Amino acid sequence: MSERLAVRKTYKLFIGGAFPRSESGRSYVVNDAKGDFLANASLASRKDARDAVVAARKAFGGWSGRTAYNRGQILYRVAEMLEGRRAQFVDELRAQGLAKGAASAEVDAAVDRWVWYAGWADKLGAVAGSANPVAGPFFNFSTPEPTGVVAVVAPDSPLLGLVSVLAPVIVSGNTCVVVASEPAPLPSITLAEVLATSDLPGGVVNVLTGRRAELTPWLAAHMDVNALDLAGVPDDLVKPLEEAAAGNLKRVLRPGPAAWDADPGTARMSAFLETKTVWHPVGV
Amino acid sequence: MSIFEYAPAPESAAIVDIRPSYDLFIGGAWVESAGERRHKSVNPATEDVLAEITEATAADVDHAVAAARKAFDTVWGPMPGRDRAKYLFRIARLLQERSRELAVLESIDNGKPIRESRDVDLPLVAAHFFYYAGWADKLPYAGFGPDPRPVGVAGQVIPWNFPLLMLAWKIAPALACGNTVVLKPAETTSLTALAFAEICRQADLPAGVVNIVTGAGETGRALVEHPGIDKIAFTGSTEVGRQIARSAAGTAKRLTLELGGKAANVIFDDAALDQAVEGVVNGIFFNQGHVCCAGSRLLVQESVAAELIDRLKRRMATLRVGDPLDKNTDVGAINSAEQLDKIRTLSAAGEDEGAVRWSPPCELPSRGYWFAPTVFTEVAQSHRIAREEIFGPVLSVLTFRTPAEAVEKANNTPYGLSAGIWTEKGSRILWMAERLRAGVVWANTFNKFDPAAPFGGYKESGFGREGGRHGLEAYLDV
Repeated sequence: MSERLAVRKTYKLFIGGAFPRSESGRSYVVNDAKGDFLANASLASRKDARDAVVAARKAFGGWSGRTAYNRGQILYRVAEMLEGRRAQFVDELRAQGLAKGAASAEVDAAVDRWVWYAGWADKLGAVAGSANPVAGPFFNFSTPEPTGVVAVVAPDSPLLGLVSVLAPVIVSGNTCVVVASEPAPLPSITLAEVLATSDLPGGVVNVLTGRRAELTPWLAAHMDVNALDLAGVPDDLVKPLEEAAAGNLKRVLRPGPAAWDADPGTARMSAFLETKTVWHPVGV
Repeated sequence: MSIFEYAPAPESAAIVDIRPSYDLFIGGAWVESAGERRHKSVNPATEDVLAEITEATAADVDHAVAAARKAFDTVWGPMPGRDRAKYLFRIARLLQERSRELAVLESIDNGKPIRESRDVDLPLVAAHFFYYAGWADKLPYAGFGPDPRPVGVAGQVIPWNFPLLMLAWKIAPALACGNTVVLKPAETTSLTALAFAEICRQADLPAGVVNIVTGAGETGRALVEHPGIDKIAFTGSTEVGRQIARSAAGTAKRLTLELGGKAANVIFDDAALDQAVEGVVNGIFFNQGHVCCAGSRLLVQESVAAELIDRLKRRMATLRVGDPLDKNTDVGAINSAEQLDKIRTLSAAGEDEGAVRWSPPCELPSRGYWFAPTVFTEVAQSHRIAREEIFGPVLSVLTFRTPAEAVEKANNTPYGLSAGIWTEKGSRILWMAERLRAGVVWANTFNKFDPAAPFGGYKESGFGREGGRHGLEAYLDV
């Protein structure tokens, strides 16, 4: 009796809600923990990065303009889809070398993390905003707003780390371009499939797989990118990327100690928020 | 010509005592520089030399950072918040007690009208210290966790447009959070910062908590690049902000930047036009237009443009330009010859590119640095005067037809510090405020500031906020 021959997946990029191959036609080999061939991942180019920024910018107005309640609903929908694909993610993490129990725990944590952030959408305004008691007859209040297009360099924790950097960026209305973990890019594309089926508008999250050293300088220097999350950037790249980010004064979140299983706090959300203060006279 | 001329009403300068030369304020004492270099600080309204100011060298900066570190480690960092609060309250009171003297000194040194230094700058300076004094013992309630820690030693560089106010914006929150500071005032306006050093002594502030190093760009660079500081706070031009961001790259230094702006002041056809004109005048001619959040681009709805410009010109003709110490003066002196050159160059570019220039008939003093209030009409978005920050009393007028076009044009700038909206329709204000990419939106008012209200920019106007609870974040390890 012959075993069934599996249908393998083609891993592509995720840009503007579609799954294109790299315009460069390149790919790179992703191996499992034992060094055996797993798949060819797309090797994104500078042009793919620019296309992704265009898609993210196009999506920004619509996504940031939605009500916080609606964004929260969509993020929670992502968690639902993620839950439904638990087995697939466990398999992919195991292929990257995690033991069954650890892979399963990581997927659980990733789903829970996503749920946690989903609940923040309609609370950020109350927690990060303020009514300001100024010394004069003015109605004065400050509200948090998304900063715009964020380029995220994901860490090598391929699912929990990715979710931990992605969700806080988009929950407030930012859109983003994510450079996936270089050695372990496959769960990021599978996550993109989750996002694509979760009512998340195309372009809100764009995922590039490829070489960090090749892609990140273009994103850091891109004049239509507003902020940079360096979570997964190796030490030797931090300085040049920060220097490039100074060109249009991007907000930069430096890499910190990577304890992705710890309580995330609110710092990753507030790093990509602006505060807008509005004044109006009070009188009759 | 008005019916009644104003008689001169100059404020007496006798109350101010300016020394012929100043040393550096380091570790609670006046310290001579390790170097020889000094520059002359002049009164921009008369070009008279006011004093000689020391140019701190890298060794002086080293010395100041070491003093700040020592004070942070031994005194100010460990001190209970309630005691830090009391010191800040003391400083606030001393500022109030000496407000007239400081207002006069500010006007002499900076060229701004006494009416503004007395009624705007000084009250706000004291208010900032009062506001942040109250935070010093309440930091666990600020929303940054139960045990927020100070960052350490802050290097602060401030501009010449609001010398004492910018000092207050920087020093008050830093000290409240338990940090110590090394502050570099602008080279042309160091006198009030040096007077503030004396106030620190009168308050018995522990030595080294506040250090003031004077000098120009080189001193500033030595400060922000010093490896011994934990945080950089800078207010100034976007270009210098970029350099500082580059220099901080790859370090652990935290950074907040308050940079340039090119604010749109948007007037809809239903606005109360006379009120709007007052707001426009305040928006661009306040402090000679030396304001990063000045409303330098007037966007007016086409159907009322002719009438509004007409009223604006009539109002501009009543502005009194001249002696900053005269209590009737509306527009004082340009801060320096260099700045005057820049304003002239950009205004000339406005004419060259086809915009129409107008200034009221206005006699300028023969000595000092002066520029008449100026408005450009028929400005296109591509003109330099509509894109570049002029930092002077120069207004560019553009028009729009629909609210959507107003949003588009207002946001068509790399800056995002402030914006203004003038309409009687509340729903339109909120609609517009939501869409403007700017950190401060003034609706039916302009250029209002308060220590309780966060201030700061989007995009290339910098990052971080000053004022309010948000202003604490820059100085806490969160």
